[in-house]
This record gives sequence, structure tokens and C-alpha cells, in this order.
Amino acid sequence: MNLRRDVFQAIADPTRRAILLLVASQSMTAGAIAANFDTARPTVSKHLQILTECELLEQEQSGREIYYHLNPKKIKEIADFIEPFRKMWDDRFNALETIMKKYKSTK
Amino acid sequence: MAQKTTIHAEDGKQELMVTREFDLPLELLFRAYVEPDIVEQWMGTKVLKLDNKNHGSYHFETTDPMGNKHGFHGTIHEFLPNRKITRTFEMENTPFDVQLEFLEFEKLTDDTSKLNMHIVYRSVKLRDQMLQLPFAQGINMAHNRLQEICKKISPLK
Repeated sequence: MNLRRDVFQAIADPTRRAILLLVASQSMTAGAIAANFDTARPTVSKHLQILTECELLEQEQSGREIYYHLNPKKIKEIADFIEPFRKMWDDRFNALETIMKKYKSTK
Repeated sequence: MAQKTTIHAEDGKQELMVTREFDLPLELLFRAYVEPDIVEQWMGTKVLKLDNKNHGSYHFETTDPMGNKHGFHGTIHEFLPNRKITRTFEMENTPFDVQLEFLEFEKLTDDTSKLNMHIVYRSVKLRDQMLQLPFAQGINMAHNRLQEICKKISPLK
């Protein structure tokens, strides 16, 4: 586990978001991904490395080529990142509701 | 099951909206924000000061399981009973800047009500940090304390 890099850091970069969008529709090799950017190939490789490290991308060996594809589980984690915040408020409000119902019944 | 509490946070905006419908008459919902001993129960916090009026203020303090005290406070800008509270919120001894909160209370039926909490942050970055805070902490301390308090509450006060 690399604590230095989390998924939110990974998606903070526009190039990395563009890479995720690219491979969302189909698995692609590093070369095919790099062909979509003006950026130097090593830079794209670095982005791929970061995305792989934080498990947003998964590698798959096919013959001599390595294909990159999305890790749906991790993507869902991003989609759900607001959930703990929502849950925190939901719990608070549930407590409020429970407590106030007692005031109601004692009236 | 439909979620009772919803969060609306648009990308790239420095604000968010927390909306909740309650199985409570409007007056009871509002009371939960006004009476210090009730606030203490559901917020899981100690109320050091709660001066609910225009130009009023509040000061709360929570103690985490380690015994550390965390204070938070704000100014109550506008106070309209059963309708609206406009206030600031600031956590003490943190790098987070103050936030502005608009709480609007609405009657739905005689037994149900709704709260809209519109929070405005200093920057998009700060809003996103605050949104991620509970996520980052994994288990939120306030949340834990809240659960403890809920368990402690006896059936009747």
C-alpha cells in the first residue's frame, strides 16, 4: 500500500482523468493510450504507474502486450466518497428525530 | 429504502446542500436547534454557549475518546423561529476556514418537516476537503460519540 498516493490525488490530474475516460470503453496498451496525448511518452507512463499504484487501473498481460483497464471496484469507491459525509449527517439527524419523538410523546 | 438525508454537491462549486425530511412537526425540529440540553444529546457535544437571536453566537465543545477537547463556535447572524437560522461555523485549532450556513426549516404536514442546510465554504478546495473529511478519517469521531450517546439515552427523559 502506498500512503503517499490515494485515489483522490490520482484523479486530481486532468491527464489522468482523460486516461481513465479513454480506457473506460476498452482495454488499451500504454502505446495506444499515449498516442492520444501530446505529452511525452514517459510522462504518460508515469501517469499510468500512478493510476495502477492506486488501483484505479489494472494491468492484463496479453501475449507480448500489457493492456490497461479500469478497476470498477475502485471507481465505485470514488463515486461513493461522499457517502461517509452523508452518513455522518444522516446519523446525526436520526438521533435528533429519535430524541424529539420522545418529547412529542411526553406532551 | 429511500435515503432520508441527501447531499447535493456540484463539481467545482464551493457550496453544498444537506437536505433532510423529518417525521416531526416543524416546532419539534426547530426546538432541537434551540434548547441546549437537546442540542447536547443529538450533536454529542457540550454546549458552552448558545445564544439564539439575531447577532447571537454559540460555542460547543466535544471530547474525543482520547480525552482531547475540540471546540467549535460561530456567530448567529439571523434567527427566525421555526423558519431560519443563518450562522457561521468554525472548528477551533484547525487549518479550516470558517464556513457560512443557512438553515431553513419548512413545514411539510402537521407531523413532518424539512430542513435545508446550505453551506458555503471559502474555496472549492476547502469544500472538497470538508466533504472528504469523514471519508478520510474512516471512522468519524463525532459519529462514534453520537452512537454512544444514542445508546445511553433512556426511553424517557
